[in-house]
Amino acid sequence: MSLVNFTTREITCKIVYYGPGRSGKTSNLHYVYGRVPETRRGRMVSLATQTDRTLFFDFLPIDLGQISGFSTRFQLYTVPGQVYYNATRRLVLQGADGVVFVGDSQARQLDENVESLQNLQSNLLEHGVDVRAMPLVMQYNKQDLPPELILTQAELDDSLNFRGVPSFPADALHGKGVFETLKGISELVLKRLAAGSPAA
Amino acid sequence: MTSSLNPRFSFETFVVGAANRLAVTAGRTVAENPGSAYNPLFIYSGSGLGKTHLLMAVGHAAKTIASQLNIEYLTLDEYVEAFHAAIAAGQGDNFRRRFQNVDVLLVDDVQFLTNRKEMQAELLRLTEALQQSGHQIVLASDRPPAEIADLDERLISRFSGGLVVDMGIPDYETRVAILRRKAEERGTSFQPGVLETVAKVEYPNVRELMGALNRLIAFQAVNDAPINAEAASKVLGIPSAASSSVASASVASPRVAAPDEFSQFLTDVTVTVGKAVEAWRARVAEAVLRWEGEGYRTGRLEKLLDQETPAAVDEAISGYVQDVERLKALEAEVAVLDPQAAGEKVFRDPDHMDEAEAAAAKVRDGAAPPPAPSAAFPLESYVAGASNEVALSAARAVIAKPGKKYNPLVIVGRSGLGKTHLLNAVGLELAKKKNAVVACLSTQGFVDELIAAIDGNRVDWWRARYRRATALLLDDIQLLAGKERTQEELFNLFNQFLDADRQLVFTAPAHPNTLEGLEERIVSRLEGGLVTEIAEPDKELRRSVLERLLTQQRVPIEPALLDYLTDRPIDSVRSLTGLVQRVVEAAAAQDGPVTAGLARDVLEGAPAPTPSGGRRTAGFRTSGIVVSSAGGVRSREKMVWDWPAAADRVIEDLR
Repeated sequence: MSLVNFTTREITCKIVYYGPGRSGKTSNLHYVYGRVPETRRGRMVSLATQTDRTLFFDFLPIDLGQISGFSTRFQLYTVPGQVYYNATRRLVLQGADGVVFVGDSQARQLDENVESLQNLQSNLLEHGVDVRAMPLVMQYNKQDLPPELILTQAELDDSLNFRGVPSFPADALHGKGVFETLKGISELVLKRLAAGSPAA
Repeated sequence: MTSSLNPRFSFETFVVGAANRLAVTAGRTVAENPGSAYNPLFIYSGSGLGKTHLLMAVGHAAKTIASQLNIEYLTLDEYVEAFHAAIAAGQGDNFRRRFQNVDVLLVDDVQFLTNRKEMQAELLRLTEALQQSGHQIVLASDRPPAEIADLDERLISRFSGGLVVDMGIPDYETRVAILRRKAEERGTSFQPGVLETVAKVEYPNVRELMGALNRLIAFQAVNDAPINAEAASKVLGIPSAASSSVASASVASPRVAAPDEFSQFLTDVTVTVGKAVEAWRARVAEAVLRWEGEGYRTGRLEKLLDQETPAAVDEAISGYVQDVERLKALEAEVAVLDPQAAGEKVFRDPDHMDEAEAAAAKVRDGAAPPPAPSAAFPLESYVAGASNEVALSAARAVIAKPGKKYNPLVIVGRSGLGKTHLLNAVGLELAKKKNAVVACLSTQGFVDELIAAIDGNRVDWWRARYRRATALLLDDIQLLAGKERTQEELFNLFNQFLDADRQLVFTAPAHPNTLEGLEERIVSRLEGGLVTEIAEPDKELRRSVLERLLTQQRVPIEPALLDYLTDRPIDSVRSLTGLVQRVVEAAAAQDGPVTAGLARDVLEGAPAPTPSGGRRTAGFRTSGIVVSSAGGVRSREKMVWDWPAAADRVIEDLR
């Protein structure tokens, strides 16, 4: 997928929310969906199980209108977090322009976070993309939980953010940090416009 | 023919406030129950307050509720044009049927009914027909029916019989709502207090409000940073005291929450994109968007985008813009000459300028200017006297202020008194003005041209030819009698010329209202200008004319000769010309001087020798019938003496 098409004057950003199961990826999309005016958003497609777990993926298209003469659209995707849906994750990751890694701040979920991050790296490699070349931000979700249950942003950065990408503490259910994260990844993605090199 | 409904103009996008609530409610009611609630619905408001939007919204809503409805929106001008086209094509009945079958008729700009009696009658008839058949009519105007000048009383009462409702200037709250909605539609967000600052200014209409918003959007885009209330005041030239109080009030107000997250996000993305997209690409892309939107091909600009670092981007864009401007000029020129040719694609492709120039040249070649006045009748050679004093002074007034003073000018008088001369003289003078295109011809020529145009299926071209004239002068308007189609065409031209203050001059043998076979509407328009009469030449004028004629013939002016000729019982300048001709020819035949005695002999019966070899004085026009010098007929002036050449006779007959 081409990130920016000068001929049709379109900018299309595919942003994938990645992370372990139950870390709050779909909550991010739900919050964004609720804040985008109706005229700007498409239908949110959410393929979920009866227990509200993402079965396939969530998809939320957002139309930002004309920006600098370009018709600008964002497409937000989530991947299913459960380990056994790796084929789906790889598929959704295809053509992504940027990735938001949604980590679970609970201390007991740290291993799942690490595992998912490694899974992201290997899936990107399968598409021939070096994770260092992919715009990436970290979101540490569930920071609203009692302090004794969670790790702080600094602790999580130490454990997960070894590349030093922008990271954001968040409470996706109530919206805290959601747009900050989206803004963070958008900036990284859009800054690649000048280079004109589409991602995977 | 009719405009389609603009999809953006729906009730959903119409911001309702106290000033327009009634009109919107009425509009919705009408859309839900066409023909049964308020019929007709007459909406009026100042310019730029949403009349057209509301009209179209009614159309959209009615169509949404009942998709089978036949809905037609058009401006009054479009209606008039359609009517004229239908009449010209002989399809008047089809035209009426077509509109009578419309379920919801939306007519915009009804104020232009002023001075259009025929259209008023037509609209009255249509309104009645639609009402009777339960079809809805909604009209919009910039003033109430009673204030539309020259509007038929019956129409006023008919319009007032439904619901007449106005829309005022939106109040502050509505202005804020409009600004917010428009900013959102444009994908732009502003810091808190900015739009409120703009809304504090009481712009007289929404268009100007949008203009202010556009300036802010442009300013913000250029500066890559969100504009604040104070900067907005500066950009829009709002006095700073007012703006600062507004801004602080807005910020302090508990009602003004932090900007919503999405808007803030949008602002951030806009800033990032603005920085990231190379500036030149943005400029090219904007140029492509703009010109593509106007229907021009943009291949040349798009090729620039394919390059990595093209040289001289701005020059390329300005070159493109220049070409587009040239295309626009060519298209406008062609539209005047040949409306059918103006829509050709070649005028929308700046990459093939040569083809556009060639197409325009082809149209130009085919569009001969309308017939011009004859150079044989200069104003300087027109002899003034008491009998034509008024006509001449009116002609001079027309020359001084064409279209402004006497329009139309109708010169009446018997044959041979110099009407044609004066008409052409006026035409020649008008043609000297800058950019003047003067059409001056005989009415018969005008009729013949139209017939040829109909025959060649080029009526549009023929019309365009006259429409671009700055003055129309027709000789012998009485020849229109019985020629209905020509009268129809002249009527349309008449209105266009009068509307545009372009001069019309006609000649006729008698007052227009005494001419038979002319339609009342033509007669009334002729009478509506200045009708001036040229009387029979008095003695003084006859003397002046004779002096001029004799001088032209290089005859020494002998007082006795002048006195004698002046006293002849002559009632027109043309006869006077014939008289001099005969005397001069007799003198030439005798090879002697022109004297009073000779004139007396020639004109009163003394034998004069037969002209040897039939020699005629070159370059002198005769009146046609000339008395023979042979035989003992007393009244030689009544005798045919010498038939002029056939060509001269034809010219005389047509004159």
